Parts: sequence; structure tokens; C-alpha cells
Amino acid sequence: MSVLSYLIPISLLLGGVGLVGFLYTVRSNQYDDPEGDARRILSDEWDDHPKP
Amino acid sequence: MTTAVRPQMAVCPGCVAAPNGAVDDAPTEARLALSLPTIHCQACISTVERGLNAQPGVRSARVNLTLKRALIEADPDMKAADLIPVLEGLGFEAHELDIAALSATETDKAGRELLMRLAVAGFAAMNVMLLSVSVWSGASDATRDLFHWISAAITFPAILFSAQPFFRNAWQALRVKRLNMDVPIVLALVLTLVTSLWETSLSGEHAYFDAALTLTFLLLAGRYLDHRTRAVARSAAEELAALEVPRALRLDDGGEPAEVAVGDLAVGDHILVRPGGRMPVDGQVVEGQSELDRSLLTGETLPVFAEAGSVVSAGEVNLTGPLVIKATAVGKESSLHQLADLVAIAESGRSRYTSLADRAAKLYAPGVHILSALAFLGWYLFTFDMRVALNIAAAVLIITCPCALGLAVPAVTTAASGRLFKRGMLIKDATALERLAEVDTVVFDKTGTLTNGTPQADDFSALSPQDQQLAYALARGSDHPLSVAICNAAEAANVAPAPVTELREIPGFGTEAMHDGTRVRLGRAAWVGAEAGSKTAAFLDRGDGAAQSITFSDSLRPGAAEAVSALLEAGKEVWLISGDTDGAVRDLAQRLGITNWVSSALPQDKSARIMGLSEAGQHVLMVGDGLNDTAALAAAHVSISPASALDAARVASDIVLLGQDLSPIAEACSVAQKATRRISENFRIATLYNVIAVPLAVAGLATPFVAALAMSTSSITVSLNALRLR
Repeated sequence: MSVLSYLIPISLLLGGVGLVGFLYTVRSNQYDDPEGDARRILSDEWDDHPKP
Repeated sequence: MTTAVRPQMAVCPGCVAAPNGAVDDAPTEARLALSLPTIHCQACISTVERGLNAQPGVRSARVNLTLKRALIEADPDMKAADLIPVLEGLGFEAHELDIAALSATETDKAGRELLMRLAVAGFAAMNVMLLSVSVWSGASDATRDLFHWISAAITFPAILFSAQPFFRNAWQALRVKRLNMDVPIVLALVLTLVTSLWETSLSGEHAYFDAALTLTFLLLAGRYLDHRTRAVARSAAEELAALEVPRALRLDDGGEPAEVAVGDLAVGDHILVRPGGRMPVDGQVVEGQSELDRSLLTGETLPVFAEAGSVVSAGEVNLTGPLVIKATAVGKESSLHQLADLVAIAESGRSRYTSLADRAAKLYAPGVHILSALAFLGWYLFTFDMRVALNIAAAVLIITCPCALGLAVPAVTTAASGRLFKRGMLIKDATALERLAEVDTVVFDKTGTLTNGTPQADDFSALSPQDQQLAYALARGSDHPLSVAICNAAEAANVAPAPVTELREIPGFGTEAMHDGTRVRLGRAAWVGAEAGSKTAAFLDRGDGAAQSITFSDSLRPGAAEAVSALLEAGKEVWLISGDTDGAVRDLAQRLGITNWVSSALPQDKSARIMGLSEAGQHVLMVGDGLNDTAALAAAHVSISPASALDAARVASDIVLLGQDLSPIAEACSVAQKATRRISENFRIATLYNVIAVPLAVAGLATPFVAALAMSTSSITVSLNALRLR
């Protein structure tokens, strides 16, 4: 069962990375327009290169 | 962040002409916001953004489809009024929004805080669930204890952080010796944590850490949905309110106008009101001649002539010439405020409404406590084992805990208001949907609600081509609504204006000019020497003595006919109550097929009529826009006002129509009925689940696994049921 001593910290760490990532997206206003973001994917503008 | 420049409003030319307050440091760019009630898809986003970005002076424009709004960063001298025609040219309705009011709600702190707590609870719940699943699938002895200890180490800080809103609410309720939904929640959380910790320290088999976290997560999800719906509505409502600027031009001793806040005006002050401006106070005209639009106060469509000596009331709009008025009543004494008092009286009656959720909580909270206490007592008397009894009591509390109840209402209201928002309706009040579902009588105001409040020329095409050209030429000399209507009709018919010279406007009377050496006039009946009829009309004097009349009627708002017929079809009683004259109201009522109509109604009459209907047991929906409607809007069971309505009317109403179209009203009623049905279905699902799970818990058969399973199934069922509304 010694494998647990690696796996548990790793799982907590990965979960924590997810949490930090989520908090970052909240702070950078990425949930302000869910409706629009869902539609913007259909746009063919900036398909070839990202918006400058 | 740059300093936001308050965009100047085109609403009041007086304010536009005046210098724009004190701006601390020179702004390097302007931030503008436009409301776009009709956008709905990717093509709309692209068109709007491309159109705006192509404008010289616009640095960047971004559309927010969720809020139906465009945010524009532009050169400092850019005005929203410059961009609105661009969007209208692209086929989108656009309204200007005040960025200052916008930024107050833009950073939605409370919402963000809830989302953070939700994320932490979710993260912790997932991790603990991972450990719990291992325990359920057979981890034993030291491994199980280790997993329980790790779970405890994650759970305690997570709950301390994320469940704070519940702790706060419960404490607030307990302090005033009341019970709310949060008291059993907090009790369940605390009891679960304490017993689980105790069990863990004794190497016990069952610990409910995962249940406590899942519970917090699901309840927070409900709270967040609830908050989100209301935040969207609140911010949009505040933006609407920010469109009116409470400023006035006071004349000093030398006769020079200076801009002051309306609140600083005193009785006896001389105030200049420019054409297009609104009367800030009650008063008497001392100088100038003009016409007044009283439609927002009284519902009359015909402009009223005003000259020195005429009495004016706050809220009337000056149409043609500048007027100097002497204030006779300001602030609390003015007729505007007396109407506001009527609103306050009427509103106190409405606050008696208790929402479905409150009613459920009132039954639920004491029930759960009694049940859990009985379980504890029963098991303690049966086994004399404190540990077993506490465990059972905690299991009962956690099983009955209202995840499903907490989600039942917000999930449905979110789905319903999202659907209505897409159709251009803004639900301002949390219980508005429930009240709307009960409506059986609909009362409409006329001017500005069923009609646009702007006249259209009826018989322009019946005029001879020469008369058409002459009328068009004369109408171009004035901004009077009737002149604008003639210009619109002439442009639609491709009429070229006749050549005229010395075109000038005589405020309060009309316009005159020279044409082929004769004097021609367009204006009031008495001025051109004609008999005034009963209909709204302007008269054209070609210089040959006989005046030609042009009659006007109020154009119907788009969707008005559909809305009325759909409501009648749905079996609702429809009333038309207006302050306008008998003839105009009867015409409209016949056109729309409304049999119950009242004309020349004073504001007090309107609200009295609605209170009468309510006392007869009817649930009244009031749709109105004017100041004369505010008392009625507040007195009604539920109320709707268009976005073009006066601030006071919008504040008094529960739902605001963002677009021009009235047809969503009928749909809103049916959506509200469906939503209420879903809410009660959800309550039934939650109860059913309790009926099954509670006996198990009381009997001591509920393991943490059963609790987790039952809790998530009921929450998912409730959410899916709510989604059926979309």
C-alpha cells in the first residue's frame, strides 16, 4: 500500500491545479458571456491566425 | 483602467449643450456601452462588431451576447449617439447605456465570491468522494482510517470557507429568533462533521465527509444560479435607470443659465427649459411660447399649447420653443413626487406576497428538526448509546437536507428568465414569475404602451402633389412630433420639398415661409384660420384662404395586436385604461378587439380601478409606461413596463420589456405558468425522495453511500426537470 503515499498527494496536487486554473479563469472574466462564447466558435473570422 | 467618460445623453439637449461636469484628468479614451435587445446569434455578433470596428474613432468593440450588450472603447470625443445610427443601419435596435451605472454592477463581487466558494466545495467534494469510493469498495482498517483522516483534513477547511453564506444567514435568522432554510443546513453540516470526526477518531466505519461537501456544493450551485439571474436583471435595470439625468438650467439674476441639480431648485427660481427638455418642477410659464407633450403624465397624445401664465407640471416635455418657468412647487411638493407617494402606498400592499420557496421553507425547517430530534431521542432511549443516536440523527439531517429543495426554485427561475431574456424581457423581481403565473386580467395603458406615442400622418397621400411638397417643405422647419410625422410620410412617398424661403418656426403655433411670393403656413387650426376637429390634426394654409387639414393617429406598437389577441385567446380579461380622450381610446379598443375600456382616467382612477379588480379576487397584470401609470403598476399583482418608459414606471414594475415588440407578453404568461408548474413538480420530487429515504435513515440503514446516491439523484432529477422549460 506504499503506493498510496505517492498517489494521494498526486491526486490532491492535480485537483489543486484544476482549482487554481478555475480561479484564474474566474478572475480573468472568462465567464462573463457564456452565451456569446458558445456562438463565437462558429465564426470563421480569425480561423487562419489568431486575432492580433 | 482609464477614467470612464460619462457619455452625454441625447435625451436632454439642455444637458448636452452644457459643459460636462468636472473631469479630473483628461481621458485618453471613452468607454461606451450599448444595449442591443435584438441580437441573438453568431451572425449578429460578427455584423455588429465588424460594423462598429469599421467606424473611425472606435478602437475596439466587443459584443456580450449573454447581456445583449456591446462594449466599445473609442476616442474620447466619441458619443454613443454617433454609433446608434450605424447599428440601426445594420438592422439592429440599439439603446445607449450609461457606463457609470454599468461599472457599479460590472464587477459582480458577490457573484464572484459565490463562484469561488462553489469551486472550492466542488474541488474538495471530488477529492473526498475519491477517497470515499475506495472506502465503500472495501478499504478497511488502517487504510480506511487514513482515508477518513485525509478526508477530514480536506473537508474542515473547505466547509469553513465555502459554507460561510449559510453560517451567516442562519446566524442572522437565529439572532432574531426565526427559522429559515439555512438553519437546518448549518445544523446538518455541523452535526455531520462532529459525528464523522468522532467516528474517525474511534476508527468507525461510517463517515459522512463526502455528504457534507456534496451538500454544500449543490446548495451553493442553487444559490449561485439564483444570484446570477437576479444580478443580470439588476444590472440591466440599473442601466435603464441611468439614462435620465436629473439636471436643470437655472437662470441667475443676470438671466444667464447655469446647470444645477434638480434637488437644489427652490420655489421662485426661474428655470429655462429648452425644446425637447423635461419640466424638472411644477411651475408657471413666465416667458416664451411652446407646446407641451403631457402623454407621460396623463396619456393625452395631443400636445398642449403653453404661453406666459400657463401652469406646467414636472415631467411634461417641452416640444417647440424655449420656455422660462417660475418654480411653484419643488421636490416633495411637486406633482411628480405626489405620484411617487401613491406608488409607495400601493407597494406596501404587494410585499405581502410570500414566494413558493418561503412557504416550503416554513413547513420544512421545523419538520426536519423535530424528525431528527425524535430519531435521536428514540435511538438513545432504545440503545442508551450516544454515539449511535448521534450518528442516526446526523444521517436523518443530511438525508433530509434540502439540496433538491434548494435547487428546485432557482433552477427553474434561471431557465425561465433565461428564456424570457432571449425574447427581450427582463425579470426584475424574484417572485415576479410566480405572480405572473396567477394573472387572469391584463390592463393596458394606451399611449406609449400599446401605441408608440409618436403620431403618423393618416391622409398625407390623399393630398394633392403640390400640397404634399409644400407640407414637406414647411414640416422640415420644425422638430415638432407632427412635423416629424409629415417628414417621415413625405420621405416614404419620395416627395421632393417645394422651394420655400424665409422658413421659420413660430413656437407654439407652427411654421411659416414664403412660396412663390405668398405666405404659406403649417400649424394649429386657430393660427391658420381653420376649424379644429376632434382628431389630432395640423393645417396647411397655401395662402389662398382655404386651409387643408392633415390628420394624425398614434401608430400601433409592433406586436400589440398579437399580444392582445393571444391574451384574449388564453382566456384572460383585457382592459384598456387610458388618460386620453374618449374617441382615441375607443378607436384603439375597437381596432384591437378590446371590449373593456376606460378613457380620461386620472392616475388615481387607474390605481383605484386596479385595486377594485384585485378586491374582486382577480390577479391583475398592468402594462404601462407613463408617470400616470406608476401607481397602477405598483398596485397591480404584477406589472410590465417597456424600456422606453419613465424611470419611475420602470422602478415600479416587475418586468421590463427591452425591445419594441409587445408580443412576448403573452408568451411570458405561459412561460410563467409552466415555470410554476415545474417548481411544484420539483417540490413533489424532493418530497417523494424524502418519503423514501427518511424511513431508511431513521431505521439506521442509511450508509454514507446511500445518502450520497439519494442526494445526487434527487438534485439531478430536479435540475433536469427545470431544463425542460428551455
